[in-house]
Amino acid sequence: MAEKVLMKGNEALAEAALRAGSRFYSGYPITPQTEILEYLSTRMAEVGGFFVQAESELCGINMVFGAAAAGARAFTTSSGPGYSLKQEGISYLAANDLPAVIIDVMRIGSGLGDIFMGQGDYWQLTRGGGHGDYRTIVLAPNSVQENVETVQLAFDLAEKYLHPVIIASDAGIGQMMEPVELPDFKDHDINKFDWAVRGCKEDEPMRACQNIYYAKHSTDYPEYLTKKYNDIEENEQRWESYQVEDAEVVLVAYGSSSRVAKDTVDTAREQGFKLGLIRPITLWPFPKKAFAEAKAAKAFCTVEVNILGQMVDDVKLATEGKFPVGFAGNFFAIPDPDEIIATAKALLK
Amino acid sequence: MAEVRLPKRIMNSGGWCQGCGHGVVVRLIAEVLDELGVADKAIAVEDVACGSMSMSGVLNCDAIMAAHGRPIPVANGAKGARPDSIVYAHLGDGSAYSIGSAELVHTALRGDNMTVIVVNNTVYGMTGGQMAPTTLPAEKTASSPKGKDADRYGVLNVVDLIGKLNATYIARGEIYDVASTAKTKAMIKKAFQNQIDNKGFSLVEVLAPCPTNLHMTPVQCKEFVHTEATKFFPLGEFVDK
Repeated sequence: MAEKVLMKGNEALAEAALRAGSRFYSGYPITPQTEILEYLSTRMAEVGGFFVQAESELCGINMVFGAAAAGARAFTTSSGPGYSLKQEGISYLAANDLPAVIIDVMRIGSGLGDIFMGQGDYWQLTRGGGHGDYRTIVLAPNSVQENVETVQLAFDLAEKYLHPVIIASDAGIGQMMEPVELPDFKDHDINKFDWAVRGCKEDEPMRACQNIYYAKHSTDYPEYLTKKYNDIEENEQRWESYQVEDAEVVLVAYGSSSRVAKDTVDTAREQGFKLGLIRPITLWPFPKKAFAEAKAAKAFCTVEVNILGQMVDDVKLATEGKFPVGFAGNFFAIPDPDEIIATAKALLK
Repeated sequence: MAEVRLPKRIMNSGGWCQGCGHGVVVRLIAEVLDELGVADKAIAVEDVACGSMSMSGVLNCDAIMAAHGRPIPVANGAKGARPDSIVYAHLGDGSAYSIGSAELVHTALRGDNMTVIVVNNTVYGMTGGQMAPTTLPAEKTASSPKGKDADRYGVLNVVDLIGKLNATYIARGEIYDVASTAKTKAMIKKAFQNQIDNKGFSLVEVLAPCPTNLHMTPVQCKEFVHTEATKFFPLGEFVDK
């Protein structure tokens, strides 16, 4: 039976990961994700899993790499500056076809930035971020309930494609408390995949977890990789559309800012201004298909909590450069509806 | 003539350079895993550098190739996921003591139950023999062509680094001749036995020649390790709890 409880976003994420069958976590403190580490420091033992507070994010992600290679549903969590350190391991996970989940509870800014709510990591999350040809599936929940559902989905997609999956949460969702229906516990069979290292018998061939380029493919590696990414792009675009069909201007927003954007659509429509909202649930693959619904649109406008409008280019690509794409952004907080409406209206002039 | 028997888990010779120590170390590991009866549940974690050639048709053992410097946390992850398996990290001195030093220190501090085999040949082998923390004073390398300035860079002895933390076993051996190789094998065996007995963190450093990068013949390099390297890296068991 699913239970309904009042929970903080970060803790709900952590609990949901356990219920998705994860029994391996290694993390490092960083605001605003630290509640996940704190929660799991006691909770993981209760479910018989492995928890370690690693000495760094580098160590954290590399422990996840080892656990994933051994077949575990492993995950780690961080926020912007720490996520940057995890990029080495994420590139290796991608190169080795290993499933794992990495949660980035985003804050704001480059360098130290600041610890408050932000959507500062869109670029590094959606472009791979580490070295080489890779991207990761990026899921962006916008409520505590969706946090919970996203973790299950993230592990499932990671195993479906044998690929790291990122959850792009943010300080707003991580810190807020909402009622949430927790799913039932799911078991994970660590021996589900034959490639997972476990020790081989003398007469068995060894399992070698290495760069997939060495392991399985050589000359056909480019084709293999291209197909993998094309399949993900074709099959996994996820989004929510709200009042898009007749909208003159369509807002594009994810995570915390999508909540304000949705209210803004209602407010604008009360004023007779037809706004709509496309909410990417996958930041990569970017939900290009969603834009076909925007039949009346004359312009698009992203709503983000950062300075440079990190998602604008993706909207331009999704709309093939045919429309003006504005940016209602604010470094210090989610832009308020008046600000968003003013920016959106200005695009029609 | 005596029959030459390969250890059960050795499939073939590796692609290492002539006189390289890695092959001997991998063979010792194979013998130990077999003798302890744990080869069936062994997981090797290799650094991307020279040691990982054991994954290319040499050692028949499930293995993970970790990023440079990260075999220890990767091994830790595999062990955490499968506590009943026997997990070891096999890496070089540059990996363990330079780029992966933080991971080494904290794994030893936590006393995590795993086995670490470090092959110390005083240089970065795979990248062409650059200076390492273990390069001896005045030793010429590709990145210290006039000889290592030890006043600036120092020489790192792993016992100084982690000897007072919570390791169960820290030892250093060489593979100079049959007797010293047998001693080193006994150290490696103890390092695995400790893991089987859940006793915690064990590290064995093996001094090994890298003739290619030290620009010596295999015999010269072997002598160099035996007479020069041991002055800075004495042999023995330094922690044995």
